[in-house]
Amino acid sequence: MDLYHLTIHEAADSLQKGDISSGELTHAVLDRIVAVDNDVRAYLTLMPEAALEQASRADTKLVAWRKNGRREELPALLGIPLAIKDIICVQGAPTTCGSRILENFHSPFNATVVDKLLHCGAVIVGKTNTDEFAMGSSTENSAFFTTHNPWDLARVPGGSSGGSAAAVAADEAFGAFGSDTGGSVRLPASFCGIVGMKPTYGRISRYGLVAFASSLDQIGPFGKDVTDCALLLQAVSGYDPKDSNSINAPVPNYAAELSKGVKGLRVGIPGEFFVEGLEPEVEKTVREAIDTLAALGMDVKEISLPHTEYGVPTYYLIAPAEASANLARYDGVRYGYAAPDATDMWDGFFRSRAQGFGQEVKRRIMLGTYALSAGYYDAYYLKAQKVRTLIKQDFERAFEEVDVIVTPTSPFVAFKIGEKIENPLQMYLSDVFTITLNLAGLGGMSVPCGFVDGLPVGMQILGGPLAEDIVLRVGYAYEQATGWHLLHPPC
Amino acid sequence: MSLTRVEVEHIAELARLGLTEDEKELFAGQLSAILDYFQVLDQLDTADVPPTMAAVPQTNVMFADEVQPSSPREDILANAPDTVDGYFRVRAVLE
Repeated sequence: MDLYHLTIHEAADSLQKGDISSGELTHAVLDRIVAVDNDVRAYLTLMPEAALEQASRADTKLVAWRKNGRREELPALLGIPLAIKDIICVQGAPTTCGSRILENFHSPFNATVVDKLLHCGAVIVGKTNTDEFAMGSSTENSAFFTTHNPWDLARVPGGSSGGSAAAVAADEAFGAFGSDTGGSVRLPASFCGIVGMKPTYGRISRYGLVAFASSLDQIGPFGKDVTDCALLLQAVSGYDPKDSNSINAPVPNYAAELSKGVKGLRVGIPGEFFVEGLEPEVEKTVREAIDTLAALGMDVKEISLPHTEYGVPTYYLIAPAEASANLARYDGVRYGYAAPDATDMWDGFFRSRAQGFGQEVKRRIMLGTYALSAGYYDAYYLKAQKVRTLIKQDFERAFEEVDVIVTPTSPFVAFKIGEKIENPLQMYLSDVFTITLNLAGLGGMSVPCGFVDGLPVGMQILGGPLAEDIVLRVGYAYEQATGWHLLHPPC
Repeated sequence: MSLTRVEVEHIAELARLGLTEDEKELFAGQLSAILDYFQVLDQLDTADVPPTMAAVPQTNVMFADEVQPSSPREDILANAPDTVDGYFRVRAVLE
């Protein structure tokens, strides 16, 4: 088997045994990128020299560890090549956020998650493509180019973390990180047939995650299987004083809990997610997956999340409003694109932002500015925040009766590049099943559960606050009973 | 509901976004359609519902008022379009 096909846990095992080196793993991934990335286009920036240096340091550690009697426990990610979404700050390389306005921006610091990964001895291969400032569901809003779905290159990988998802699906990285504000990890995971998780808000530090919507943003891992997802989550979770929304709660050993089984756990199926708009073949695939959960001993119950249909309008008022504030900093004064032809300071703002931002970003800034403006704040922004409370309460009530909630991740499989890009509202509706989770601040994961016409289908598993361990357990039990994660795209 | 051209220009002004004439027309149409769709929220009676300002509520997260090391000045200035003597140089603010 080619080295690049390995999972993180398989690779870690081989590294510790001394069967392979991190240098070999890194070369395998870099060669794989050369072989397929002209078609997939997952990466914006590659960092091969830095990566090989990190690999070499990891190999030195491994050799010393074996020599000294393998005494201490090594970090699971030591020597493992990973990809990072280009909205997360990494020193020594551009952090463009998929935007011309940051095309030449080099972050002076690492995001907390990046520091944690480097501390573990992970290898960072490069920065992956994203919808501009994480605004989008297909990666078509990247100012640079679109990423292609490894399962069908004419289709989108999902978004906004499409580059990270495609990289993992095409074995161009052993794992990756993205960000999820309205579904931007879970949706591309679903379209690309891999595992993707958005943890409970505050579980992973946002320090160094370029802000889109601060009350909704979370970094999330992509893995080839649930075990890998658990290992990635473990490495970066935890309290960070540099993120004032960071939760100060212990991080369980997620991987250790995985095979506890699911007998007797209660799973809720919300009727509101199985309505018109859900493709019949996708519904059939997800219902078969739910049958598998029942066969594994889960107690399946019908539940209701009555305000689900209000999720998209609520999100598309709150997120753009927060974005309009967060993106006000891009004025070409201290960093970022500065229009050369401006007359004074104010003209500079207008021109730099006009020339530097793409259309979807401008649209959302406009929407958010309007929703917050005098005379409209109550009718739009405040109203949306109240509906957000109702959505949150739906979940609170549901989690009194069930341990997890299961839904389709997306109403459809990956659509064709260009299909939805002209109709913003149509594009927004791609998020209908993922979006309420962000509004409620809870955690959820998409796992592959089958195919429709050769395209992956994702099943979404949602949990109560900080219940990532239970979500992972359910995903693991399902995955081990089925085996979708063992299939590879044709490229 | 229809956003007028004047309203679109006002929003763009607030957001410091220079829009072309074509963009003003495009956005007026698209934003109107989006805002129309959002009216569905009016179906809900939220008179007695408190707003959720934070997903996971925390209060008064403070840190001690102690001097900590900061980033080196050169690193911070490295991305600036124009600097002089360790300062950001900006265009005229006042006439």
